[in-house]
Amino acid sequence: MKILTVNFLTCAVKACKTSPLSFPLHFRDAELEQSDIGYNPSFLRNILPRVDWEALKVTATELGFTTVPSEKPNLDPAPSNTDLPAPETAMETSEPDVADEKVMRDLHTLLLETEVREGKMVCGNCGHEYKIKEGIANFLLPSHLGR
Amino acid sequence: MYSSEAQSDSELYEEAHVHKVYEQIASHFSSTRYKPWPIVERFLKDLPDGSVGLDVGCGNGKYLAVNPNVFIIASDRSNNLVKIATKHQPHTAIVADNLTLPHPNASFDFAVSIAVIHHLSTPDRRIQAVAAILSILRPSIKGQGGGSQNNGGKTLIYVWALEQEHSRRGWKEGDEQDVMVPWVMKQKPTAESSEESKTFNRYYHLYRQGELEHDIAEAGGLVLESGYEKDNWWAIAIRKPG
Ligand SMILES: [Zn+2]
Repeated sequence: MKILTVNFLTCAVKACKTSPLSFPLHFRDAELEQSDIGYNPSFLRNILPRVDWEALKVTATELGFTTVPSEKPNLDPAPSNTDLPAPETAMETSEPDVADEKVMRDLHTLLLETEVREGKMVCGNCGHEYKIKEGIANFLLPSHLGR
Repeated sequence: MYSSEAQSDSELYEEAHVHKVYEQIASHFSSTRYKPWPIVERFLKDLPDGSVGLDVGCGNGKYLAVNPNVFIIASDRSNNLVKIATKHQPHTAIVADNLTLPHPNASFDFAVSIAVIHHLSTPDRRIQAVAAILSILRPSIKGQGGGSQNNGGKTLIYVWALEQEHSRRGWKEGDEQDVMVPWVMKQKPTAESSEESKTFNRYYHLYRQGELEHDIAEAGGLVLESGYEKDNWWAIAIRKPG
């Protein structure tokens, strides 16, 4: 399971969703693996506005990543596929910034290429543990918690 | 509402007649499911780049291949199907129940649930499944001047239709809506078994015309568009504004 995914997960117990303690879920005994996913800067730029940065920092720290910037990087969204600028305009306005490029590469590695293979995610509100096995997180609840 | 005892009975029923079956037929089922349905494909391709959403009951994840410019968190009850679904980048797949989705409320731009809700065995649980999807969608934001605008997160829901006289099943208006549908899995005869095929029965609730729209309204949704495509009823809906 990707680190980006964790930013969109919370406890499956309905009563927990309204508690700020249930987000993000907390990792225990996580085993990580690097995968190789094609680098797509426009995907990252478009997704970044949707990332809860404080939650991502919590997750990254728990997994031992220390290089996440303290503030969300301010990157221009990629031009949408409906209004692509003419090629010469693109050259002028979106000259690749070396520092941005480094931030983007690091985010790509962290958000998309880092997989949690084994471990648990724990709800900070109710304490329920969700297991991750062979890269797949399981959120099925025992029936007494599912109501 | 159903009592928790009745609820638990329907959970056990679905476990036996839906979840266990998909777990066993996963790879064979997957090999027959690769062509996206046109309405679903259009819905996913029309999303703005960078949208974040869910595929609830993703099966083998065939819809995850449609648009790589959005991020989809796909889920299914079947671990074996989720294993197959995880191969579609940049998306992700988890094991979850569609009545207890592990996602924050009111946060997603879209959700699709294709050929899933018809596997729930009571009217109440089918409405709960729609409500669970609506609850994770972004609500609409009032436009300038306070007028309501239908700009919230959107869901596309697909269910099997009762009205399919021209299909090989031949069901039609007035027929029984709660049915068991066989899945025949061909297999090579082995030392232990000479059988050449094995039949699994899956439970389905076949939707009458108008029933999906009714369930969506009951669940607190507003239908923006709906129709019939190849033996299925479909609807695009948002959370009812304000
Ligand atoms: Zn919880």
